[in-house]
Amino acid sequence: MAHTTPAPAETEAVGKTPTASVPARRQASKVRRQRLRAAWVFLIPMLLVLAAVAGWPLFRTIWFSFTDASFANISEYSWVGFENYLVYDDGMWFGVLADPTWWQAVWNTLFFTVVSVGAETVLGLIIALTLNAQFRGRGWIRAATLIPWAIPTIVSAKMWGWMLHDQFGIINDLLMTLGIIAEPLNWTANADLSMWAVIMVDVWKTTPFMALLTLAALQMLPSDCYEAAKVDGIHPVRVFFKVTLPLITPALMVAIIFRVLDALRVFDVIYVLTSNSEDTMSMSVYARQQLVQFQDVGYGSAASTVLFLIIALATITYLYLGRKQIGGEA
Amino acid sequence: MSSRTLKKIAGKIGFAILLAAILLFTVFPFYYAILTSFKSGSELFTVEYWISSFDFANYAAVLGQGSFVKSIWNSVLVSFATVLIAMGFGLTAAYALGRVQFRGRSAVLMIVLGVSMFPQVAVLSGLFEVIRAMNLYNDPLALIFSYTIFTLPFTVWILTTFMRQLPKELEEAAIVDGASPLTTLFRVFVPLMWPAMATTGLLAFIAAWNEFLFALTFTLTDDQRTVPVAIALITGGSQHELPWGNLMAASVIVTVPLVVLVLIFQRRIVSGLTAGAVKG
Repeated sequence: MAHTTPAPAETEAVGKTPTASVPARRQASKVRRQRLRAAWVFLIPMLLVLAAVAGWPLFRTIWFSFTDASFANISEYSWVGFENYLVYDDGMWFGVLADPTWWQAVWNTLFFTVVSVGAETVLGLIIALTLNAQFRGRGWIRAATLIPWAIPTIVSAKMWGWMLHDQFGIINDLLMTLGIIAEPLNWTANADLSMWAVIMVDVWKTTPFMALLTLAALQMLPSDCYEAAKVDGIHPVRVFFKVTLPLITPALMVAIIFRVLDALRVFDVIYVLTSNSEDTMSMSVYARQQLVQFQDVGYGSAASTVLFLIIALATITYLYLGRKQIGGEA
Repeated sequence: MSSRTLKKIAGKIGFAILLAAILLFTVFPFYYAILTSFKSGSELFTVEYWISSFDFANYAAVLGQGSFVKSIWNSVLVSFATVLIAMGFGLTAAYALGRVQFRGRSAVLMIVLGVSMFPQVAVLSGLFEVIRAMNLYNDPLALIFSYTIFTLPFTVWILTTFMRQLPKELEEAAIVDGASPLTTLFRVFVPLMWPAMATTGLLAFIAAWNEFLFALTFTLTDDQRTVPVAIALITGGSQHELPWGNLMAASVIVTVPLVVLVLIFQRRIVSGLTAGAVKG
């Protein structure tokens, strides 16, 4: 039945050849207008939901950062201007930006991000190159690499917390059996080691993600340049650095940027493994501690806002660089 | 033996060692959690590398706690509801973004991508106020609401990617037949999108199942918690008396379903991850 609808336009078109395209075009633009309207009708609910769960709360967080609201009674507050950020009072600087603990948290987060994403990229690349080879049981190994990715961060932090236990942990036992260390190490409480423990857990958990994205990029590479390199007898290591790496760099960059943005907001693994220790505290842990534990919504919101600005800056840079790729063909 | 065959054998051995190392690296911590979960009492304090006993006491202890079982239910409820909501809003939006060329399309895509990068802690106090105002504090419904902030953007993102890959002819036939956009979406695209929807739904489910910060902040009592919070808050008398056996049993209980799902749907998950490059 539906077939009949556009038929008149068609017969008309056959009948009056010179003006034929006008009704057809009108029909086409009507369809296009209908589709445009439908597109917005489809989009608006989604945009409203995003406004309710993201836009409005973000606006309120920024608002709170200029007030003295408390967690226990969030509806009563007064305006304090930039006091939560930075204020000069009685010969002293106060506020988030004057708090050495905050700057320690910023440093911790940056250190964590650079080291863990760096290690994940290198390990992910090694795993991807291995899995890119043809061998029996490849599917099984690939499935196995997904296990850490699927395990909740909390659970992996607890699992590693147990493995890194200072008295009964298997890692200390292994290192002592191998003669690498003489005394058991207190991984999660020792100021020099705890950040490395956090990085270890994060690397374990997120390397599979990097490996799979890298593997996908590797599998899309054309095989002809490899055959040419093989015929010319070029060493595989040279082929990797001259051909493979440049070709997968764009895909690798996308994965790295996603991981960087994710690492900058790290919370779970640090909170569970080392709780509120200042040696490993990230920006998110700092902000939440102010908000919930110290009940200071104003101050905590100021810290959250600074974190948001840092990530926004990183995101905008990325979007600006990747604009062409995203806006591309429909 | 010629040096060439020697080299080949050495290469094969090296490759096998590499594979074994990868396998050990990825699987061992989970294996060790399982091993620990079967130990009880003083056995816990001797390090072992092989499973020697099968003692289900830890599992019985964990499942015997009403609040832990309740938290599993809460997690199931929250995760399923979050997936359904994200799918409902995401599918129509993805159709608009993936199939219709209109002005402002890339701006909308930017917003969606931008929201998916939001640090959760940046909306924490604002969301807390909203949840208080809706009277949902200490209620799993608050989590369903707040999880939409991360499940919806990536659902839209991945479904848009998949939607774009479908051939144009399909839709043209429907338009010529005079089908409305909604009919086109549900009659033409949805039947073809099942694999993509399964992938996206699974990723959203895992993200919701694993979420911690909102669940920790927006719930207060044991019977309202989700599983990650319940596990994080299992405590003994002090830091040094954590009931590691129970903890590992609880970890295994909540992880095994995910691992099974991932092993079954691994191909789908890989295609979803690469389509959306979502976070883990």
